[in-house]
Amino acid sequence: MSANEETVTIEVDGSAVEARKGEMLIQATDRAGIHIPRFCYHKHLPVVANCRMCLVEIEKAPKPMPACATPVAEGMKVATTSEHALKAQRGVMEFLLINHPLDCPICDQGGECELQDVAMGFGRGISRFTEGKRVVADEDLGPLVGTQMTRCIHCTRCVRFLDTVAGQKELGGMFRGEHMEIATYVEEGINSELSGNVIDLCPVGALTNKPFAFRARPWELLSFPAVSPHDGVGSNLSLHTLRGQIMRVVPRENQAINETWIADRDRYGVEGLKAEDRLQYPMVKREGQWHEVPWETALNRAAEGLKGVVERHGAAELGGLLAPSATLEELYLSARLLRGLGSGNVDHRLREGDTSDQAHAPLVPWLGQSIAELEEASAVLLVGSYARHEQPLINHRLRKAALAGTPIMALNPRRFEWNLPLAVEEAVAADQWVQRLGGVAQAVAEQTGGRLPDSLAAVAGPIDGTAREIARRLTEERTAAVLIGNMATSHPQAATLRALAGFIAEQSGGRLGVLPEAANTVGGWLAGAVPHREEGGHPAAAAGKAAHEMVAQGLKGYFLLNVEPERDLWNPQAARTALGEAEQVVALTVFADDTLREVADVLLPMGAFGESAGTFVNAEGRWQSFRGVGEPPADARPGWRVLRALGTVLALDGFAYNDIAEIYGELAGRCQERCPEPLSYPQEVLGGTAIAGDGLSLAGNVPIYAGDPLVRRSEPLQRTLIAGRLEVRLAPATVERLGLAGGTERVRVRGAAGSVELPWVADAAVPPETAWIPAGLAGRAALGGPFGKVAVEAL
Amino acid sequence: MTEQSVAEKVLSADQCRRIDHWLAKFPDDEQGRASAIIAALHILQDDNGGALQRQHVEAVAAYIGMPRSSAFEVATFYSMFHLDEPVGRHKVNFCTNLSCCLNGADELVAYAEQKLGVRQGETTADGRITLVREEECLAACTGAPMMIVDGHYHTHLPRERIDEILDGLS
Repeated sequence: MSANEETVTIEVDGSAVEARKGEMLIQATDRAGIHIPRFCYHKHLPVVANCRMCLVEIEKAPKPMPACATPVAEGMKVATTSEHALKAQRGVMEFLLINHPLDCPICDQGGECELQDVAMGFGRGISRFTEGKRVVADEDLGPLVGTQMTRCIHCTRCVRFLDTVAGQKELGGMFRGEHMEIATYVEEGINSELSGNVIDLCPVGALTNKPFAFRARPWELLSFPAVSPHDGVGSNLSLHTLRGQIMRVVPRENQAINETWIADRDRYGVEGLKAEDRLQYPMVKREGQWHEVPWETALNRAAEGLKGVVERHGAAELGGLLAPSATLEELYLSARLLRGLGSGNVDHRLREGDTSDQAHAPLVPWLGQSIAELEEASAVLLVGSYARHEQPLINHRLRKAALAGTPIMALNPRRFEWNLPLAVEEAVAADQWVQRLGGVAQAVAEQTGGRLPDSLAAVAGPIDGTAREIARRLTEERTAAVLIGNMATSHPQAATLRALAGFIAEQSGGRLGVLPEAANTVGGWLAGAVPHREEGGHPAAAAGKAAHEMVAQGLKGYFLLNVEPERDLWNPQAARTALGEAEQVVALTVFADDTLREVADVLLPMGAFGESAGTFVNAEGRWQSFRGVGEPPADARPGWRVLRALGTVLALDGFAYNDIAEIYGELAGRCQERCPEPLSYPQEVLGGTAIAGDGLSLAGNVPIYAGDPLVRRSEPLQRTLIAGRLEVRLAPATVERLGLAGGTERVRVRGAAGSVELPWVADAAVPPETAWIPAGLAGRAALGGPFGKVAVEAL
Repeated sequence: MTEQSVAEKVLSADQCRRIDHWLAKFPDDEQGRASAIIAALHILQDDNGGALQRQHVEAVAAYIGMPRSSAFEVATFYSMFHLDEPVGRHKVNFCTNLSCCLNGADELVAYAEQKLGVRQGETTADGRITLVREEECLAACTGAPMMIVDGHYHTHLPRERIDEILDGLS
């Protein structure tokens, strides 16, 4: 008998194996390192036992049993390699190969194919099947997943993944028996933000990476660990390279972060690396003309430009706008460079418009808990987050929690297409958001006997039924999570929303968390890429201007670290103007689009994701370093090397690093005493601007594939249906009031600073009197920030 | 289009009522509601000249609250549903499974095919009769050989009965 009540002891191939009570045999053997062949079984998917490849012999059982669907029992004796077992496995293999084409030489899966591997290990040398094989027509599943459905062996991993993990069951087993096909039937493709995972799950070459098709053979590729640059999850990846070129991305298992999955943008973001506007050579502008120049010339010119601004106008007229998707080392050196020149105007919070609480902000705005702990929360309130598109794999954790019964609630400026059941989803016009969240805070205070501080009570609205419902669920147990999303962070009253959310979390005994937008939003705070704090959170001598202030007030000189003015900044209109009027703009950048070429004076090409070593700090405060494995094109160099050189040319102290490890070591040393702590924000109204004026309430989030320069250039991702179109969405009641129905397809949207013509769509998910227009898209700049007031007129 | 509006557009109030009748027989959760799919598809098929179109399956899926692909799995799996295929005014299914086969079903099928001038799975040119594709066992082995005409079982079939029954269909 096993000593532990929770375990049983079984015998596999003559050795004793400890197994947990109730688990399946294959789980115990996998843990013990005993290999049993399988196709349909996957540890994160429901068991169906339909491929029959894992048949093993079990003592006293007359027939072989599938290891994936046979629960362990005390004293069970299993033989995985007995003649009986091997014969059964060989028989199954022969059946599986009956309809499978023997076209491995032209199959993209060749060399990394589970069927090929298992056939080599467990099959016969030759096929006895001489009849015709069946052929299945291919279906177009969209720009990401390629199909060769004749190769399908019907393991249904893809079907189960889309159903149980992605929550969007777009594939099914159509028809039956000999005619069964894995298909959508309606031929509208698979559109989940996690769709690419079916490629890894597919044990054969039926579902393959479409953009990667026929680019390389797996045995030619070198694999290197990497970390996703596209959101705050920090999904672990493997980068595959061929002769120094990055060819594709696959997931790397990390149960604490991304389990075995990655989002589509983690996988296909690299398709943007070779975009046409990739900057290849250092360039300087002379009399309005761009010239390719050697690095030395460009660095001297950049140094002169930056120093010139300081000399002529003072250091306060120089500012640095740093991408939150840059590495920790790049952010740290950029911040040091600007501070070295005397300027405290450094910021990586590019899409924020209210930073009035920064002096009392926590060390880092992090998740407040580990990613895995989200599953344990008793209730979750999302304030301004469409987590599904902002942080797909955090949303995956929330989905798991929701399916286990945790109430997930959302207070957003519109309703969204969730793949999880929401207990409460309230669409609140953006100009009423503070009041409504205040109502929730009041309701929570009512439940707990607490009292909302006066300045917050002054902006809070009345308690309504929804507020009571949210408060009741949050206070039921003391382990709720209140999460602040990207939309709240970019709201003009973000600090007040944070204060209210903080009060709600504190009163309900739960945890407050921020869903950081980019790969290094958290890291930027540690690296000193904020105007009021240096690295490690140490207070800056004198606080400089925040990003939105640098843009609104207009400086004489800017240093841009991988920033695209019209796409990455909170108010693209103002940014365009400020940069256009500046005397000097030095841009260290991966790409250079037309706007950047227009406003910049010096362009310095840097290595992109995968081409540069560095570190990201993810939402849960985890530092993850990676190597540069791809070769940057032409003269582009890793950002930290360029910054080191620029610092040296500027004769600044302490830029003589030998390698990136020294930068990391220095920064880590200055951060080490300070780990992420529970989040808290001052519970008072400190600033921000209420959205006032006439017209419709403008609101918008950044679509899933518009967040950073790389993902915006991934052509396959841009062709997906969820990429987000520039259009204005209006509630049906608003459409009626404006008299748009039956009129033109386009409307004029007039903002404070300009107007744009856009197509309109009636959408019941948008609250009345709101104009929902995605932010971060080209062509929207004239409307300014993501929130505000606009007039919508028929054309 | 939202799921609700798909259902509203395609399903009549009476059809909804009849589907509700079946929904009431199962637990009111995701799996329970899905159990009503076969009955619901029959209702739509019967109301639409004996065949289903894509929109019918989509509407039923939306109404019941199950994934669209799961509804199509059901509609394509069962040979009693005629999805995206034209059917005649009458449907004739011959059983050719073991018991019927031993009692001469194959000859009866050949006879019916020759008489109607169509193969199994086809419809007569005048749109009168669809000879349904080859079926699995139709659960009347004691009466083999047998066929189903518009849902009615005809057992112990001699060739003359086939003439009589098929000629009687308008």
